[in-house]
Amino acid sequence: MANFLFYAFAFFTVATAAGVVASKNAVNAAMCLLLSLVGVAGLFVALNAYLLAFLLLLVYAGAIVALFLFIVMLLDMKETESRGFGKLSFAAIILAAGLLVTGLSTLVTRGHLDTGNPALTPALGTDIKLYSYQLFTTYLLPVQVMGFLLLIAMLGVIVLSKRWEGSDDVT
Amino acid sequence: MFDFFFQLHPVIQGLAKGLAVIMVIFPIAGACSMAERKVAAWIQDRPGPNRAIVPWVAWIPFFGKFLQRLGIFHVMADGGKMLFKEDSLPGHVNKFYFILAPIVAMIPALTTVTAVPFGAYFDSAGKVITLGLAPLDIGMLAVFAVSSLGVYSAILAGWASNSKYPFLGSVRASAQLISYELSMTLAVLPVFLWVNAPGLPGTMSFGRVVEFQSQPGFLGGMWFGFMMPLSAFIFLVALFAETNRQPFDTVESESDLVGSFHTEYGAFKWGLFFVAEYSHMIVGSGVFILLFGGGWNPLPWVSLATAVDWLGAILPFAHAPLFVGVLSIAIFLGKTLAMIFLFMWVRWTLPRFRYDQVMKIGWQKMLPLSIANLLFYAIAIAVIQK
Repeated sequence: MANFLFYAFAFFTVATAAGVVASKNAVNAAMCLLLSLVGVAGLFVALNAYLLAFLLLLVYAGAIVALFLFIVMLLDMKETESRGFGKLSFAAIILAAGLLVTGLSTLVTRGHLDTGNPALTPALGTDIKLYSYQLFTTYLLPVQVMGFLLLIAMLGVIVLSKRWEGSDDVT
Repeated sequence: MFDFFFQLHPVIQGLAKGLAVIMVIFPIAGACSMAERKVAAWIQDRPGPNRAIVPWVAWIPFFGKFLQRLGIFHVMADGGKMLFKEDSLPGHVNKFYFILAPIVAMIPALTTVTAVPFGAYFDSAGKVITLGLAPLDIGMLAVFAVSSLGVYSAILAGWASNSKYPFLGSVRASAQLISYELSMTLAVLPVFLWVNAPGLPGTMSFGRVVEFQSQPGFLGGMWFGFMMPLSAFIFLVALFAETNRQPFDTVESESDLVGSFHTEYGAFKWGLFFVAEYSHMIVGSGVFILLFGGGWNPLPWVSLATAVDWLGAILPFAHAPLFVGVLSIAIFLGKTLAMIFLFMWVRWTLPRFRYDQVMKIGWQKMLPLSIANLLFYAIAIAVIQK
């Protein structure tokens, strides 16, 4: 059962992710991205990481893709005409493929999965208290850095979109 | 008595339970639409729907007339109309997403029910066993996550309709849903700070929240609605906004938007939006009752266990798990329906906010208020539970 679910969700995720890249209509692409995220959430559930699964749904599927879709619709993008491959696209393809190969080979040769204490792994994912304890102790710096990054992005948006004095501001 | 049920395959058991819950939610949603009209009539001092009747019921001398005045046959008339009306598909729409949107509205509305427990019974050791489809450890997050997917129905419906007013309605709907989700999430955090007391395993399950509202003592038996009134208020206001109910129904304000994102819909597809809205209301009310209204405890400071003990003095079978389960479900459903009455009461009492007012309330009032509320309770809980 678990195996079947893994294959089903993995196939679903990859197929819809391919759909994101392949579809010409931006709305279709955004919907495929949504389905792909749901597939990843399903994979997390299969790993007993319920917290991650639902956070993924809540933050990405529930809010971020909704905003994507929102903007795509507001801009009313026409179906993009395919421009064919230029020199730049070939360079990008080679670069991306190189990065992928490097990443995979590093993972295979040097990566190692921590199988030391399997009892600890689900405990961190399921018990919200342990999870938050780790966030606020071991991983405090990354959390703070991410928060700071988001704050900067937010300030940037405010600076860009606020109408400063002199413009007729309608409130 | 029910042994044969537990011998079935777990998947079939789950399907049966899910179907049973849907078969309760659907008729309630239908009955709510009727109740809405009756409550509206009552508040506005007019008889309300009182004409429709099935001929052979009219032959019953006194009772038939009573049922007719109650208007319960209008539910059947409405349902029948929705089913048999021509299901038109406008020529200018994006057909795939146009048909998908009502389905997307329905699925999250019914899926959230899986994470909401609706009753409890005591096993032979006196331990509380909650009744629900999936006793998730992160119940609250699951409800938030799945219900946040409901926004896609509004976006897709408005966009696929390919016409101005539905599109404006969907833009409003999605902005409103995303804005009020923030204060809603922040408002429930104090509850979970309190129930994750030191020494207990961390959880976001509703079972724990209700357990903390049914303990002995002054603070133990207090419903969180009394302990955290501001949280309850913010959650309630955000719930009104999330379900697009008055006074937050700028999304479908007829005077400036015709009929919002479902302007182009008719017949059964429109009916699905309608039922989804009521299902959202029912689930939202249930969650409010679990978090702030004591869940299946009959009264503040009177837990289900105490009530069952009192009943045990009169009824010999009061301690039977089946009786306790049915009693707790009845209490919970009763409270939920009272909440739905509140929804209707507010609808016919408060005028609709303008759209800019909705945004201003959401971002400039509710959000700072909920953050201040969270800070206050975080400090207070840290001091009390130390």
